[in-house]
Parts: sequence; C-alpha cells; structure tokens
Amino acid sequence: MVTLAHYLALSALLFGIGAVGFLVRRNALILFMCVELMLNAAGLAFVAASRYRGLLEGQLAVFFVLVVAAAEVAVGLALMVAIFRTKQTTNVDDLSSLRG
Amino acid sequence: MEGTSVGEWIAFLVLAAVAIATALGTVAVRNAVHSALFLVLNLLTVAAFYLLLNAPFVAMVQIAVYAGAVMVLFLFVIMMLGAERVSGAPGMRWQIPLALAWGGILIGGILFAFLQAPMELPPAGSPPAPLGDPAAIGGRLLTTHALPFEVTSVLLLIAMVGVVVLARHHGSGG
Repeated sequence: MVTLAHYLALSALLFGIGAVGFLVRRNALILFMCVELMLNAAGLAFVAASRYRGLLEGQLAVFFVLVVAAAEVAVGLALMVAIFRTKQTTNVDDLSSLRG
Repeated sequence: MEGTSVGEWIAFLVLAAVAIATALGTVAVRNAVHSALFLVLNLLTVAAFYLLLNAPFVAMVQIAVYAGAVMVLFLFVIMMLGAERVSGAPGMRWQIPLALAWGGILIGGILFAFLQAPMELPPAGSPPAPLGDPAAIGGRLLTTHALPFEVTSVLLLIAMVGVVVLARHHGSGG
C-alpha cells in the first residue's frame, strides 16, 4: 500500500533537487525551470494530501499554484528577453549592475 | 485487493524513478534546450501521479497548461535568445558543494518534519465518488472559492498587460 508518506517523501526529494539546481546553475532560464520543478513538487504534495484525506481543497490549491506559475513564467520570460536585449547574456553572474 | 496494491506499488516506484531521474536531468544537463525537454518529461510524470491519485482533471490541466503552453513558451524564448549555452564567467566554484550540502539539509529537514507529523490522520471529508470530478471542482471554484477564482482572473490580466509592456520595443525614440 502506497501511503501519503511515500508521496510526501518523493515531493520533498523533487523540491530539494529543484532548490539545489536553483543554487548551482547560472543560466537565468534554467533557474526559472528549477522554480517550476519546486512548484510542481509542492503540487504533488497537495494532490497527494487531497487524495488521502478525502478533501477537494488540495486540488483547488494546485489550480491556483498553476495560475500563479503561468503568470510568473510569462512575466519572467518577458523580463529575460528585455534584459537580453540590453546585456546580451542570461548569465546571472553577469547581471550584477545593481551591486554597490 | 492484493493485486491492485502490488500494481500501485510498481506504478509508484517506476514513476518515482522517472521523476527523480528527469529532475536530475533538468538540473544537471548543460544545454538549456535539453534541460527544458527533461522538465517536460518530469511534468508529464507528475501528471501520471495525479492520475494515480484520483485527480484526472488536474492531470489534464497539468499536461495542457504546464507541459504544453508553459514549456512551449520556455523553448520558444530559449531558442529565440540563442541562450542554450551560457557564456561568460564560470561562476563561483565553491558554491556547488555548499549548495549540495544545503540541499541535503533541506531534504533531510523536510523528510524529518513529514515523518514526525501524524501521518495516519483520518479522512476529514467524505469524498464524492471520483474525487477529482471536473463538475465537483468547478462547482467548488464558483461557490466556496469564488473570490480567489475572480482574483485569479485579475492576476492573469495584470500579467498579460505587464508582458506586453515589457516586450514592447523601445528602439524608436522611446
């Protein structure tokens, strides 16, 4: 019998992989993908909890997470395009103009 | 009953292995396009998990919106910018072991918190027969959760206007 704990453990692993990727990678586009990975892990935890507790609210939460993620990706990618136009790079180490 | 339980275990283990492998691929692969394709696979695997968890509607939305629309947007921008391989400073090498250690601590902490919590909570509600029935979800969205649902539409509108403003060319005299 697969229990809620198994799903939560898997979701924790996926979240951790995404978090490490966010810290390790330098390409801003891949950083966005790592954020998606983490959001997705959270969604898995929500749906698993929804299933095992017999509540629909977990699935609704995933919907709202999905909407926010879609908006975030759209705005974030537009920002990346705007930055690329002026700086010609998406390496986050080269985007340090605000550093004092 | 025994048969379905074993089948569920096999499906869970196979899907979990694929999910973790594709997540590692997303993080570790050098080429951003390959990274995006690994992420598509990961999102599809999670959609399969949603199907296993009696949430068919969320699974379909995940495939259509996430693995479809959002990832196409990603691939489009990566290829448009030609940013498959990031050039420039190799970055701070000492960050990698630090990040790995921190990630290990994070995963350990989350697992500890999850396993400490009382896992065997009784089911709180009486679920309708198919838990993720689209009609049930839609009904709940438009009655109990009507306000967040409406706020969502405003959020999407703001994001849309923001993207149009950001993507406009300022080249001609602006």
